[in-house]
Amino acid sequence: MSTIATLNIGEIGYISEESLDFIPLKLLEMGCLPGAEVKLVQIAPLKDPLYICVNGSHLAIRKETASQIQILKANN
Amino acid sequence: MSKNDIKVALIGNPNTGKTSLFNQLTGLNQKVGNYPGVTVDKKQGISKLSPTQNAIITDLPGTYSINPTSLDESIVLKTLLNNDIKASPDVILVVADVENLKRNLLLFSQIKDLEIPTVLAINMVDQMDRKGISIDLSLLKEELNTEIVLVSARKNEGIKAVKEAIIRCHVAAKASPLCGINSKIDPDYFYKLKEISPNYSLYQLWLMVTQNNFPETITKEEKEKLLAFKQDISKLKKYQHKETIYRYQEINKILKKTYLIDKSKAKDLRSKLDKIFTHKIFGYVFFSLILLVIFQSIFDWSSMPMDIIDATFAQISDFVNRNLPAGVFTDLLTQGIIPGIGGVIIFIPQIAILFLFIAVLEETGYMSRVVFLMDKIMRRFGMNGKSIIPLISGTACAIPAIMATRTISSWKERLITILVTPFTTCSARLPVYAILIALIIPDKKVFGFLNLQGLVLLLLYFLGFASAILAAYILHKTLKIKTKSFFVVEMPNYKLPSVKNILFEVVEKTKAFVFGAGKIILALSIVLWFLASNGGSDYKNAEQIVVTNVDNQNLNDEELQQKIASVKLEKSYIGVLGKTIEPVIKPLGYDWKIGIALITSFAAREVFVGTLATIYSVEADDEDTTTIKQKMASEINPDTGKKRFNFPVGMSLMVFYAFAMQCMATLAIVKRETKSWKWPLIQLFGMALLAYVSSLLTYQILS
Repeated sequence: MSTIATLNIGEIGYISEESLDFIPLKLLEMGCLPGAEVKLVQIAPLKDPLYICVNGSHLAIRKETASQIQILKANN
Repeated sequence: MSKNDIKVALIGNPNTGKTSLFNQLTGLNQKVGNYPGVTVDKKQGISKLSPTQNAIITDLPGTYSINPTSLDESIVLKTLLNNDIKASPDVILVVADVENLKRNLLLFSQIKDLEIPTVLAINMVDQMDRKGISIDLSLLKEELNTEIVLVSARKNEGIKAVKEAIIRCHVAAKASPLCGINSKIDPDYFYKLKEISPNYSLYQLWLMVTQNNFPETITKEEKEKLLAFKQDISKLKKYQHKETIYRYQEINKILKKTYLIDKSKAKDLRSKLDKIFTHKIFGYVFFSLILLVIFQSIFDWSSMPMDIIDATFAQISDFVNRNLPAGVFTDLLTQGIIPGIGGVIIFIPQIAILFLFIAVLEETGYMSRVVFLMDKIMRRFGMNGKSIIPLISGTACAIPAIMATRTISSWKERLITILVTPFTTCSARLPVYAILIALIIPDKKVFGFLNLQGLVLLLLYFLGFASAILAAYILHKTLKIKTKSFFVVEMPNYKLPSVKNILFEVVEKTKAFVFGAGKIILALSIVLWFLASNGGSDYKNAEQIVVTNVDNQNLNDEELQQKIASVKLEKSYIGVLGKTIEPVIKPLGYDWKIGIALITSFAAREVFVGTLATIYSVEADDEDTTTIKQKMASEINPDTGKKRFNFPVGMSLMVFYAFAMQCMATLAIVKRETKSWKWPLIQLFGMALLAYVSSLLTYQILS
């Protein structure tokens, strides 16, 4: 299963419709919508948090949250 | 404030330049206070809209939506739900960043649905060309059905247009909702909700239900009906999710017609800078360098102004002493109030410098990168990435450090940071350590090159850091505070800091400190003065006793006065207090004189040296430590006939000062920041207990 946490740096994915219930409202409001393009920009030196770019917003979220959000990878 | 003033609430996402706009609109007409009934600071300012019309602008905390996740954000909700004519805003001014318009419009769409007249200020429009952004303003106005002004707050462009739009908006008819959440999600459900009260807009009622937040103006009957809607929580959540997605769909539709961004024009400075600042090695190296600069500056730049302030207050005290008739009032002024105020003012340079740096780091957008780098490490100790700043700046002074914890959003993480920050070795401990090290540690080299005295000092700094981290870990495991572990930080674009914003920030925070903590410090200074300069009959007869004592006949006048002062201190209330606590501190190796110093230095640690100086009848000249040192070195313990300040006593005292929270100012600021006496008292007694036990062990093991 691909989630935001399984992306490599620079890789792009699309948030899947199924993960809607797992996305906290706050993240949804910040642009993490189903269908939105997510890019993993950077991983913090201790492998957590993750720095993502989604829907024009640049956000740092903890790995725990990122692994709950399913994605479809761009090249699959 | 007059009745005709327009009440404007300023709302916007973080990093949209909301504060810049607030500063431009209000200038120096700003005031910081508390929201009534809520424990969060509120910033208000008066703006002259036209020669005849003023506006009172309230700067609400930055938020991404009206659904709050932090204390700051719940203020926004509370303000917007309030239907009371006196308190509710007449006009809402929403600030949006031109680059992140889509996300910013989510908040706008929520606000618009409240049906309060709204002005949208699209900020940072000076960036549009560079980023390849174009906006069809008239179509956007039509689609959003609102007043829109393009502004560049930093460049002071469009401010007049904002003022005009506020006036126009104020006289216009009631605003209509933008999205109309009802029809798309569940028309029947929302129809029933709207039926409950005609006094509130549908969206206000919906927020009351979802946020469980009911304004005082709502009737009991209405509240009960609303509570019935809360039965099915999962349905609420689902509808909230649907609502958000629906809002974004609407926004996308509108922006497609009105907003164009040419991505090829965007210069990607951000990703280049991020590669350096968040690099797994360079990131930490750069951060360490920044800390080093801050650390150095707080000591270097502040020492001169602090010396000047110190000298000035001594002169004022001296001047008052010479020019007012001798008496209790003059004594209160010269020994209580003036030094008390001086004790507050002297921190201003350190606070100002520290906040200068923090404001620059925040404004440039670098702070978010530090949070990103440090979050995982600090999380293990119950803190988060932002806690590193207070811990480091605590080595200068715990007061600005504790004020810097405000950037931490999780209450538990912030509280832990506040509670452990006083462990870091602040500059007030230095005089105490310096004199004790000089007394008990021989001035010799170890391994041929290391100065033993310096090494001990370094160990004391290390002890401070280690105990802070350890205490944080223990608090993390023991404090039962429920906070959402959810964490999201926006990584804003890098920006050049605005001098005006930074100056406002520094002035405002410094003022908050001086007036907030100042009152309490002043009050306690007066109490300490009273206790040290009053006493029972023995105190009043002290002069008589000293003069008639045969042993004192050969003393010259100066020595006699010192002797009198010293006897007076012994017989004063605080001296009696010292005698009273002697049995308690005896196991630590201290006598009643040291006990007095412990009590007086509760005000501030450095008072320890000055108090001992008085007690040992030395001229109260703080600068001249050699004489104090000599006196301390020659002080004899009457029980053993040996030196009072031997190795075990010195070590015990240093350990005591490392742990005890001997700082009134810190206590005051913790009270201010936690808005209760609970935490500062827990901190005070917890640290005192730790100090006592550690000193006891140190003394007993070493002697």
